[in-house]
Amino acid sequence: MTSANAAAPALSIEGLTVQAGQGAAMRPVVRDISFDVHAGETVCIVGESGSGKSVTSFAVMGLLPKGALTPTAGRILIDGEDVLAAGEARMRELRASRVAMVFQEPMTALNPVQRVGQQIDEVLRLHTRASAGERRTQVLAMLKSVHLPDIERIYHSFPHQLSGGQRQRIVIAMALILKPRVLICDEPTTALDVTTQKQILLLIRELQQRQKTAVVFITHDFGMVSEIADRIVVMNHGALVETGSRDTILANPAKDYTRMLVSSVPSLIPRRRALPDAEKMLEVVALGKTYEEKRLLGASRKVHAAKGVSFTLRRGEVLGVVGESGSGKSTVARCVVKLIEPSDGAVLLKGVNLARVPARQMRPLRQRVQFVFQDPYRSLNPRRTVGDSLIEGLLNFGAPRAAALETAARALVLVGLTPDAMQRYPHQFSGGQRQRLCIARAVVMEPDVLVADEAVSALDVSVQAQVLDLLEEIRQRTGIAILFITHDLRVAAQICNTIVVMRRGEVVEAGDAVSVLGDPQHEYTRTLIDAAPGRDWDFQQFRPAAAVNAKIA
Amino acid sequence: MQTSTHPAAPAAAPEAGAASPLLAQIKRTLRSWPVMIAIAVLLLLVAMAVFAPWLGTTDPTMLDSAQRLKPISAAHWLGTDAFGRDVFSRVVYGARVSLTIGLGTVVISLTVGLFIGIVAGYFRLADAIVMRVMDGMMAIPGILLAIALVSLSGASLITVLIAISVPDIPRVVRMVRSVILSVRNESYVEAATVLGTPVPVLMWRHMLPSTLAPLIVQGTYIFASAILAEAALSFLGAGIPPEIPSWGNVMAESRVYFMMLPGLILYPGILVSLTVLSVNVLGDALRDALDPRMARRI
Repeated sequence: MTSANAAAPALSIEGLTVQAGQGAAMRPVVRDISFDVHAGETVCIVGESGSGKSVTSFAVMGLLPKGALTPTAGRILIDGEDVLAAGEARMRELRASRVAMVFQEPMTALNPVQRVGQQIDEVLRLHTRASAGERRTQVLAMLKSVHLPDIERIYHSFPHQLSGGQRQRIVIAMALILKPRVLICDEPTTALDVTTQKQILLLIRELQQRQKTAVVFITHDFGMVSEIADRIVVMNHGALVETGSRDTILANPAKDYTRMLVSSVPSLIPRRRALPDAEKMLEVVALGKTYEEKRLLGASRKVHAAKGVSFTLRRGEVLGVVGESGSGKSTVARCVVKLIEPSDGAVLLKGVNLARVPARQMRPLRQRVQFVFQDPYRSLNPRRTVGDSLIEGLLNFGAPRAAALETAARALVLVGLTPDAMQRYPHQFSGGQRQRLCIARAVVMEPDVLVADEAVSALDVSVQAQVLDLLEEIRQRTGIAILFITHDLRVAAQICNTIVVMRRGEVVEAGDAVSVLGDPQHEYTRTLIDAAPGRDWDFQQFRPAAAVNAKIA
Repeated sequence: MQTSTHPAAPAAAPEAGAASPLLAQIKRTLRSWPVMIAIAVLLLLVAMAVFAPWLGTTDPTMLDSAQRLKPISAAHWLGTDAFGRDVFSRVVYGARVSLTIGLGTVVISLTVGLFIGIVAGYFRLADAIVMRVMDGMMAIPGILLAIALVSLSGASLITVLIAISVPDIPRVVRMVRSVILSVRNESYVEAATVLGTPVPVLMWRHMLPSTLAPLIVQGTYIFASAILAEAALSFLGAGIPPEIPSWGNVMAESRVYFMMLPGLILYPGILVSLTVLSVNVLGDALRDALDPRMARRI
């Protein structure tokens, strides 16, 4: 970690307050935030959704939507100049030359119909008076410094022809080509695979050290924070909770909220072993799904989304399917529930091969295996009350309405909500609460197997911890078997008994959670574990992690 | 984590026990001035049509050769036409026919279009065939198609109604199909499948409600265009039989006498314009209110 510059800060936010709405109905979204960032320093802003971190960064860039969000108090000083007082023309000059931003989704941050070389060139065209030839040289030099291969070809490529990691490098090139004093990164690696994420973080670090940029890094991933932050700013509901150096915040947080937040981060050390004696609930044998693009002339193209996938899930066990995007884990999950028809292989649910059951006869078997989706905001029908959504499954199987409502009320209590939630609509609940509702909806059917497809990926870390605890409680009470799909190794370490690692549709390693994560045999698993940020810090104990081969309870 | 690239202004705290989100949105639309005026105008016209016999009208089909082409007078509030019939009565009774045709067209085209659209959206096999048929229908200009249908089956209220509805069906089918195609892949529809919901119930409960908003908006435009189409057909002589008064018929017959008595075309024309304008204002307001981007905030 680079040490902070003792001179005046590159970015200084003083008493910033941003209000939403207009006129009498204004409410503060960010309240009295103050912090500094010096040249060459990385400050990470952490907080849950709704904490105001993105609003703060947009305020610095002058990109707050007019009419919806207005800064009403405070100053934002970039090299001593107050950008809140600057006019629109001055802000246009400052953007990219003094302060730049890297966004979360590289595909939407780039113009899809313009070549990427052109887009970087535009920055130079707007801010410098260099000739076309000089600009081209600068752009190519920048492409080289972000370590893109085959620069000439990339210069003429369109965004869709590049991978996610390459696109993000282009965005970083655009942001840093004019050597701005301040770089704001708003969750720049959330949309990328964990291996690509590591490379992007290293790239930002390298460029920062070379250009002495002050970097503001917004993220919810504490692992990343522990690796790259010099100082940390904790925000909650628009207010600044605490600031301090990385070591102070992670080892000795002063405020309770910070303690709660840091301790919610699951550890990378797996805690559980398999249960080899329990009854087999789900046995997947050589499952395969092939998508074929038939063509009139020439060979048809085949994509093997899943190939030869086999695993066994036993009663009371949690089996984690871990992999990056495109590994086929979601395909496997959907094949198990028959949302997708498997092309080959068998899905044996207590002996019945679901893969061979025709769609029409699938209905009675559906009760036995249920699904929890990734996005809690879209998996509940927004037009139906919670009660109606919860009892839908029960009514499908012939339960009388009164009995179904009673069961649903009990399920609501089980997931930690009150029965009066049944009259309300999904939009009246938070993300974490909605996911609990989805779990309640699945559990109310009393299935043998619960498939959770990235069920906690869209949740804040503290809410995630609560939902994982909830799943654990349900598992203990009912002995349900859970098939847990995730890309997050920490989550897998926390709750899984066995882990299956997938890559490009195939299983590369399977076994005990302890063996797979503690002593990986396959090279890919080792790469995955290496790339997981923050391995050196034990968040729950507020101290550096002990040796990897620590004893497991 | 919410994957937004732009910070949204946080949603206001929802009221406890909120009514159905769709209803709340419709109520909000109805509170603006232009919309309230449009609704008032439409209600007045409907009232006029319903209470026609009591509004000081006489028999609209009664001929009186002695009173041909008389201007406005105490006896004939809007004058008389070429056959001596009271124009006021014809216009007021004409509202009945024109509004009925408007409403009937909406009902027929929405119902048929909805059914076909759902089938096309959900069953891939049916989709290809149905959409090609719809494309064929859309390739023929609406009025021509209507004229052809009327000439095949003879002119009467029912045949004109069907003739005007048929060209509007493909548009409804397209719209419903696209809504179904997008809703099919929603997580909550997949969730209902996993819960064992049979397909017809799935359609009725989870997919149809998403079509309601666009259907309402489409319906208002179909209403307006149906009234205009009826007027056009009558003007061309391919519409309602001339004895039955409708705004289009009244305008058609008065074409020749326009120079002498412009009111003959003017008064029914004003009413047609008022109706179409009000319906369009209502449709625009509803379309803005029921915009899916607004709906997604819910």
